Amino acid sequence: MFEYAPAPESRSVVDIAGSYGLFIDGEFDGGKDGNVFKTVNPATEEVLAEVTSAGSEDVDRAVAAARRAFGPWSSLPGAERAKYLFRIARIIQERSRELAVLESLDNGKPIRESRDVDLPLVAAHFFYYAGWADKLAYAGFGPDPRPLGVAAQVIPWNFPLLMLAWKVAPALATGNTVVLKPAETTPLSALFFADVCRQADLPPGVVNIVTGAGDTGAYLVQHPDVNKVAFTGSTEVGREIARTVAGTGKRLTLELGGKAANIVFDDAPIDQAVEGIVNGIFFNQGHVCCAGSRLLVQESIAEELLASLKRRMATLRVGDPLDKNTDIGAINSAAQLARISELSEIGAAEGAERWSPACSLPDRGFWFAPTIFTGVTQAHRIAREEIFGPVLSVLTFRTPEEAVAKANNTPYGLSAGIWSEKGSRILAVADRLRAGVVWANTFNKFDPASPFGGYKESGYGREGGRHGLEAYLA
Amino acid sequence: MPKSSKVLESGPSRLTVRKTYKLYIGGKFPRSESGRTYVVDGDNVALASRKDARDAVLAARAAQPKWAGTTAYNRGQVLYRVAEMLEARRGEFTALGVPGSEVHAAVDRLVWYAGWSDKIAQVTGGANPVAGPFFNISAPEPTGVVAVVAPASLLGLVSVVAPAIVTGNTVVVLAAGPQVAITLAEVLATSDVPGGVVNLLTGRYAETAPWLASHDDVNALDLTGVEHPELAAELERAAAGTLKRVIRPGAATDFTADPGLRPMTALLETKTVWHPKGY
Repeated sequence: MFEYAPAPESRSVVDIAGSYGLFIDGEFDGGKDGNVFKTVNPATEEVLAEVTSAGSEDVDRAVAAARRAFGPWSSLPGAERAKYLFRIARIIQERSRELAVLESLDNGKPIRESRDVDLPLVAAHFFYYAGWADKLAYAGFGPDPRPLGVAAQVIPWNFPLLMLAWKVAPALATGNTVVLKPAETTPLSALFFADVCRQADLPPGVVNIVTGAGDTGAYLVQHPDVNKVAFTGSTEVGREIARTVAGTGKRLTLELGGKAANIVFDDAPIDQAVEGIVNGIFFNQGHVCCAGSRLLVQESIAEELLASLKRRMATLRVGDPLDKNTDIGAINSAAQLARISELSEIGAAEGAERWSPACSLPDRGFWFAPTIFTGVTQAHRIAREEIFGPVLSVLTFRTPEEAVAKANNTPYGLSAGIWSEKGSRILAVADRLRAGVVWANTFNKFDPASPFGGYKESGYGREGGRHGLEAYLA
Repeated sequence: MPKSSKVLESGPSRLTVRKTYKLYIGGKFPRSESGRTYVVDGDNVALASRKDARDAVLAARAAQPKWAGTTAYNRGQVLYRVAEMLEARRGEFTALGVPGSEVHAAVDRLVWYAGWSDKIAQVTGGANPVAGPFFNISAPEPTGVVAVVAPASLLGLVSVVAPAIVTGNTVVVLAAGPQVAITLAEVLATSDVPGGVVNLLTGRYAETAPWLASHDDVNALDLTGVEHPELAAELERAAAGTLKRVIRPGAATDFTADPGLRPMTALLETKTVWHPKGY
């Protein structure tokens, strides 16, 4: 591996306050019961800020503010709502460097990713849905589609600002108002987004941000004055939310876990496939619900492919998220690191063979070396459970039928990958995979115009594209 | 009104041959494995059990891939054939008390859905203009096996079954009006609908529905026919265990109105496929 001089992005572009309140009705204020929690930089364990833990009264206030704002906001002409969203998109573009650094600090993801993937997609998402706001009658949901009301939105820590954009942009474009709860380990970019809303002169109450842990989210989704619940996160919590919402008439969309198969056929272009495998599982430290965490490789090329993959993995740079050369940043939290470590130990204990390239990890912070397991069977827990970390399970197959059967042998159905040079095979396999997104000869590509969401226990509803409007329209 | 016991007007002393109302599972008409029956309007009707419901799910699952793999054109032909058979058997339904106009409406509803088979994908899917050199297309696919608590009327029953199966789902239907439902099953059985695509169970849905709501191999639950909000909520909670798609009661009440796309789209998944473009 070449020695690179460090090339850190400057932290000075972002000014993090010592403490943050809740963003309710257009104003920041402290929580009623004064509870706070700390958010840390997972790369250094340095405390970045103290954040308010919203209690039930705070959530009540936020929902009430969203309810008050709903009438005026939903009766604004679509073209006017669109202009607010265009403004927000522009402000995000203008502040993208600051927000990218902030995201890397709070989440641990490499700056190259937050700068080149997350932030451009966030801005693009607001631009995309801004354009829909005055065209809803043409979206295919009837001549006069109506907003639902107040949307309760709970998002995860893996793409904090991007998940916010996926939730907030379509909700606002369709005339709903929102109360959003960011994940407890990554609250900062949502709080900065609140400031973006103020800069855009968005009417108070249209967007409210309540920070807190699972209790805050649970209280928010079961709030009786909420009309719509949108959640991205684990399948376990998704089930719980579906139970909570049952019988209330609230609309619900869920984007949950995955255990995607990345299928490599014997005619695949090996170098491209290796890049796709690496991107599929090591992008964002593997903290990706659609990560290609099960590699299914045709037996006849398994040896050659694995040798290539190991060579490539040996060049991955793990370390300072703010260094522009970094490929793999920090694991988001101690708890997530513990889960990844535990499942990896189980993988080895169950008989799979563990391999990581030699790489030195920083002394402080939460780190996990990129890891692959070979000799994995479908019965192994590392082939069945979502690890949500940089850990790849490798299985083999002989025939396309076997590949499809193994790929579909999971309660999840979020995404899948196919690598082959044969067009008819790609199309036939894509048809038979029970997954909401199929990447053929590519992986982990996202676009605001492209619907995203799962089959089976990966949830329901779609985010992105025309399809993404449906979740917010009556 | 025990219609089947009437003596034919033309013959002075001939007894009519009564029909036995059995279940419809996997293209066959079995009795309930439990051996139970109950009396509805003078007819003995099979009282489906939990085991019958599970057998019906097995039949629906077994039939689903092939039915989904049938061309959309062919599925449309089959639904149109159902309409033809229903039209021809109109008298059987009016004899059961179904208004003639309702039979007509049910026939027309089937014809309407038959035509959707090869159009719904164009209306709900298509190319997505992503910002990069990629071919990107979204298309609807059937959700899989759907458990349906059906409304009692013939039009209601047709209005929940047709949108589910036209796109390639298979269904297990808990039918409310048993004689009408089983007579419709006889229509389906003579209409080129492959066995297992539609399975109809008669009996008490409050008894069987919970087993289907929590069944691991059922992908979606249509509660249109559930009358009690508390039972509907309980079934929706049970469905959360495997994150089934749920159609809540009240989504469709006036079956004479234009159903729109929702009865179909609620039982469809969107699959989006990416491929790079390049020389």
